[in-house]
Amino acid sequence: MSLSSLVVPLLLALMAAWGLGKQVDVYAALTRGAAEGLTVLLRIIPALVGLLTAVSMFRASGAMEVLSALCAPVLELLGIPPETAPLMLVRPVSGSGALAVGSELMAAHGPDSYIGRVAAVMLGSTETTFYTVAVYFGAAGIHKTRYTIPAALTADLTGFAAAALTVRLFFGA
Amino acid sequence: MAMTWVWSGMVILSLIFGLFTGNLDAVSAAALEGAGSAVKLGVSMAGVLCLWSGVMEIMNACGLSAALARAFRPLLRRLLPDACRDPETLAAVSANVSANLLGLGNAATPLGIQAARRMARGCGGVASGELCTLVVLNTASIQLIPATVGSLRSAMGSAAPFDILPAVWLTSILSVTAGLSAAKLLSLADRRRL
Repeated sequence: MSLSSLVVPLLLALMAAWGLGKQVDVYAALTRGAAEGLTVLLRIIPALVGLLTAVSMFRASGAMEVLSALCAPVLELLGIPPETAPLMLVRPVSGSGALAVGSELMAAHGPDSYIGRVAAVMLGSTETTFYTVAVYFGAAGIHKTRYTIPAALTADLTGFAAAALTVRLFFGA
Repeated sequence: MAMTWVWSGMVILSLIFGLFTGNLDAVSAAALEGAGSAVKLGVSMAGVLCLWSGVMEIMNACGLSAALARAFRPLLRRLLPDACRDPETLAAVSANVSANLLGLGNAATPLGIQAARRMARGCGGVASGELCTLVVLNTASIQLIPATVGSLRSAMGSAAPFDILPAVWLTSILSVTAGLSAAKLLSLADRRRL
């Protein structure tokens, strides 16, 4: 038995105990959240059908390799594996697109490989920047966004470089 | 609309590359395989994603998001001093940040929009510096448990899908810090130009 196999059961038991102590209807909250998870998935799957089709074609045609090779000189300077170039290009534009590219990278290189882990950390630590900016400023009636997009893209780029760095730090390359 | 360009571009480039490299058989097979694997992926992600969404909802019901919102207030008062003078904006912003931390995207966005609307009042469609900061904060993801990525890794057969958490946390902190620093620097440059 390893320490990591303790985490999930422990977390679930702690949640249950904490909820009972607070007199929260734990089971109802769990199923409510699970239903929410299903609606998220229902929204993602149609987009995934379109995007995984395109991403798989892109990889099979050889275009993916060319794109990665084109971006490689800049990315290697930043210490980012060039294979993740398509993921970085799609990430700020589409959440499900990034998920599709990420799953394709994990299928090609393995989820526990260096590239697979970097892709996962990139996905987990960045957002769909352009979509978020559009939603917030659209709702607030703002048409002059000033320096928001450059600042947000700085955050994304830092996240991508940091993903490559932290995975090397925690797991070795 | 942006995705229309991305999608169409990928499909058209795939055809052209496939023709030139002679990989057209593989491209054709990949298109059909990709579509099928999308649904398979969705189904194999479903269990873990729903479980963690449920756990997050329990945390939320136990009052963790309210506690997080309280904990973040001092920091937000320093980050958005003008906006946070209005108690309702402060409440919306801190609830927005805590919902983001718990990965409750559907709850976070309406709260953030509510705050953004209040902050945009009377500014004639030009974003104030603090509104830019709020949006940058929301474009940088800060999640305690990234459930979607975890369920993706488990669907792809990872041995320990959540072993990336420390790396995700550290990366998020670095990226948010970079975003906020960039916003601060650019706002100084912007003010000089006005």
